[in-house]
Amino acid sequence: MGAVAYYLESEGIATAGISLVRDNTERMRPPRFLWVPFELGRPFGAPNDPDFQTKVLRAVLALLERTDGPVILADYPEDAPAATADEMAGWTCPVNLPKPRASEAPARLAAIRAEIGQLAPWYALAREHRHRSTFGLCGLEIEGVAEFLHGFLDRLPDNPKPDISLGESLRLACEDLRSWYLEAATAKPGGAAASRVLADWFWGETAAGGLLLALHPACAASPDAGVRHVAATQLVPRIQQHRLG
Amino acid sequence: MVRLTDIPEIDARHLLDKECPAFEGEPWVEGPPLAERRVAIVTTAGLHRAEERNFELRDVGYRVIPGDIEGAELVMTHSSVNFDRTGFQQDVNVVFPIDRLRALAAAGEVGSVADYHYSVMGAGWLPHEIEATARELAGMLKEDKVNAVLLSPV
Repeated sequence: MGAVAYYLESEGIATAGISLVRDNTERMRPPRFLWVPFELGRPFGAPNDPDFQTKVLRAVLALLERTDGPVILADYPEDAPAATADEMAGWTCPVNLPKPRASEAPARLAAIRAEIGQLAPWYALAREHRHRSTFGLCGLEIEGVAEFLHGFLDRLPDNPKPDISLGESLRLACEDLRSWYLEAATAKPGGAAASRVLADWFWGETAAGGLLLALHPACAASPDAGVRHVAATQLVPRIQQHRLG
Repeated sequence: MVRLTDIPEIDARHLLDKECPAFEGEPWVEGPPLAERRVAIVTTAGLHRAEERNFELRDVGYRVIPGDIEGAELVMTHSSVNFDRTGFQQDVNVVFPIDRLRALAAAGEVGSVADYHYSVMGAGWLPHEIEATARELAGMLKEDKVNAVLLSPV
């Protein structure tokens, strides 16, 4: 972000940006940045909180009126009003999913299909309330996403999106699977849980998360270099890698 | 909350290991009061309209986001899996505050909102590798009479 600021400003366009990692912004010394103490992925603090987002937006745009440059790095004083992990300790998924024990195909796929069946009404509700969904990147329905991903456990499946590489299709399908589950899980009343709680639920308590963990060694040994690359860096978040056997 | 002291060491170390060179010179452009500024958003969140080509690893290209877009039309294909997506799934504005910016413009606090905004994908490339893209964006922003850019990371 600091590099974009530098090049735009050197072309004569004033910039003001949000910094999520203060140390890095300090090192790059771009013109006007506001460091915010929010989590990665949420530069304006909290979803569905227009007042808070507007306060952050006003604070960063106000930097454009300062004249004490050429390097300003201000600190936003407030934490985001998101639920903390402690507050969400009692969070539960909208449906009671069976503990994912199935580790062998086809039991694993059956377990995922059962989860999808239970979560589907909540996903539909999420879509209806938000008038959108971030699911659909790889062009398959959710059941097809699960089958496509499951296929990597014992072979290279057909690429559902031939205009991109198989590795990219794998990455987008993983993204779709997570999005679908998490959009469903956050649809219930009070479901806007702390992101870490939601991530721990997906990776630790669902058969779908179990599938992605199982894909890690399978894809790391794939004959396809793109698939191996996804396994190395884009399949399991660093914070969840302790779950890998 | 993500102060570096609040996140797992493995994530903090990864973030701090990123190459962040100080650039030559310190460009600084001043302008009129905010109420007279025309503002565009440039995000590194890897956002684009669903029908557009997804961002790939080390992609230094950009996607155009029309100024009249409904946030619901945007998807995210950022290549990193190491940040929260659930905020964006619930509300585009937590990453791309288009509705908040429009409201400030409607209230007269901001002069106007640009006809076009831009998205790049902020992972997999070194800072100097985005230069050509950023300079190309600058040309288009000037065509749009933009005199202030809001930079939003993810």
